[in-house]
Amino acid sequence: MLRNLLQAVTATCLLCLPGLSQATLSIPLAYLKLETESAPVLSNILPEPEDAGLQGVQLAISDSNTTGRFLKHEYRLESAAADSVAALITQAQSWLEEGIHYFVLDMPAAGLREFAAHFADEPVLLFNAGSRDTGLRSRDCPANTLHTRPSDAMLADALGQWYVSRKQKNWFLISGSRAQDNGFADALRRTAKRYGITLVADKAWTFDTDLRRTAAQEMPAFTRADDYDAVVVADVAGDFGEYVLHNTWLPRPVAGTQGLMPLAWHRSVEQWGAAQLQKRFEEQAGRWMNSADYAAWAAVRSVAEAVTRTNSAEPGGVLDYLMSDDFELAGFKGRKLSYRRWNGQLRQPVPLVHPRALVAQAPLDGFLHPETELDTLGLEQRESDCALFVR
Amino acid sequence: MTISPRLTVSAASLALALLAPAAQAQTAWVSNEKDNTISVIDLETMEVTDTLEVGKRPRGIIFNKDKSLLYICASDSDTVQVMDVETRKIIADLPSGEDPEQFALHPNDRFLYIANEDDALATVVDVKTGEVVKQIDVGVEPEGMAVSPDGKLAVNTSETTNMVHWIDVEKQELIDNTLVGQRPRHAEFTADGTKLWVSAEIGGTVSVIDVATRQVEHELDFHIRGMQPDRIQPVGIQITGDGKTAFVALGPSNHVAVVDTASMEVKDYLLVGRRVWHMAFTEDEKMLLTTNGISGDVSVINVPELRVEKSIKVGRFPWGIRVR
Repeated sequence: MLRNLLQAVTATCLLCLPGLSQATLSIPLAYLKLETESAPVLSNILPEPEDAGLQGVQLAISDSNTTGRFLKHEYRLESAAADSVAALITQAQSWLEEGIHYFVLDMPAAGLREFAAHFADEPVLLFNAGSRDTGLRSRDCPANTLHTRPSDAMLADALGQWYVSRKQKNWFLISGSRAQDNGFADALRRTAKRYGITLVADKAWTFDTDLRRTAAQEMPAFTRADDYDAVVVADVAGDFGEYVLHNTWLPRPVAGTQGLMPLAWHRSVEQWGAAQLQKRFEEQAGRWMNSADYAAWAAVRSVAEAVTRTNSAEPGGVLDYLMSDDFELAGFKGRKLSYRRWNGQLRQPVPLVHPRALVAQAPLDGFLHPETELDTLGLEQRESDCALFVR
Repeated sequence: MTISPRLTVSAASLALALLAPAAQAQTAWVSNEKDNTISVIDLETMEVTDTLEVGKRPRGIIFNKDKSLLYICASDSDTVQVMDVETRKIIADLPSGEDPEQFALHPNDRFLYIANEDDALATVVDVKTGEVVKQIDVGVEPEGMAVSPDGKLAVNTSETTNMVHWIDVEKQELIDNTLVGQRPRHAEFTADGTKLWVSAEIGGTVSVIDVATRQVEHELDFHIRGMQPDRIQPVGIQITGDGKTAFVALGPSNHVAVVDTASMEVKDYLLVGRRVWHMAFTEDEKMLLTTNGISGDVSVINVPELRVEKSIKVGRFPWGIRVR
């Protein structure tokens, strides 16, 4: 099933300026979302908004058109959601024939691989705004694909930096059994190794008790160990993880997918002008901006920044600009963002938050890197087989 | 009517007598963004002598020509407040459009050009009638505002659009746009009005624009030994009246760059408080004061010797600063 999420948004030239006589440059983009059946979870209080991602793209289109009207650049958005990758490929193929070259994708790693493989030899630029899968950035390296969503490795490193800076280097790791949980747990293990953090336990949560009623009995026994500084949880869907807090054997903080969370974006980020972005977003969407929205927003803003600076909408030129030293994106995180040439990952700070406040923003002071401190988060070039855009 | 020499003399002494109050110590006025207050610093004793309650989230502040009034952007109150400097009371609220952040006063002492950060608008307010003269569409997140010394041009920078927008004051219309670095914050004309300096916070650069052609003619980079380049984030700019030296506040790098404008080279970096934001000279330009957002203080720079001499604790998140 394929459905259009919205009619094409056509921005009019609000302000046709004297002295700018060139024809309007049109930049069409598309947003494609794979609708996945979300697995049932124990805690069903806060479901992911259905329009997560789409709202981010829409805001970026509107921000870019405000700039575009001064330059006669007009950004248009098409979008579609479907429950099969094949349907999205068919839709994208027909949009490509109509002249759309930029696709913002919100789908799990497997879908993204299939989609990117289909368009490997086409003049397209794909943005992965949905998947955190580390393999996409280290082994698979899908062609023509940039990643605006931070990888699991980046998120885990952000958490690692926090605990290293607090000298709390003993973790009790609990992971769920779904693929995404495994991915994040692997990233946490990599971080632990990298930063000399000891995993005093590394346990899988496989029980099927309804923890809403029994957490107080089950969780203390499950987290019994001599000592640890924190319980680190890999439960992306929010199944059992919500019940770890305050139920651990030792009174210790919880971090990871619950408790202290490393995220691409959160409502509590308000420094560096982020308050303005949050306000614009809330006005448009009627809800808070989340990580999926942010990654989708950053994808469109990257294209728009390249078009603004090069005055061309041709994908090859845009990609060249994005990979050049000239490209920098103001992403409301206090540092300029740029892409890693080897795997197309957008470098970015990672906020560490709890539900109502920002705790810290990685990279933290003291974590140094010869290129940029942002490269202390996630895979180094030598850890990745990719050499996608290395010239 | 003829004027006798004696009368001339007495007129002169009368003028001197009138000037006498001005000879009292200068004061620096600082807006504290997170305290909803203005701190008043006596520049003789270097102490805060008064803390004044104002509207919510005060940011840009500016005096009128004779410095009898202080205009205050109370961002979260969505208004520009007018304070009588003598009585230190708010005497009026001007319409400002939503979320006023920075503004500039036209040399005619009447038109305030206000950047409305949330609305992609610049609002022009007549302070005499208290009415909005015009609202002009600009880029996303308008921030910096300046009016040329001859009063013919107003400029605005927009942080997400990354442009300088040029407004013809007579027509109150936008006439041109110049692309600059990422997240342009502050715009400052040289005293002779030939150049416009614009800081780009995330770009890490300052663009020097030729006002006649509206083209960027020079781009300044900053390098501080041992400092990651992304922490160098230019915001406030102040240029000496003779145009020879420019000071650039470099945000979270906690330094102020001193630029020789003839060679366009940075000749020094001065360590000040944390996250240095805006700056103001004393009238004789012997001192330059900086607001340091995170450390919550004001640093005092000795300008002839390029030395930081003192820091003065003010409120939380000091933002704007003006001297009278």
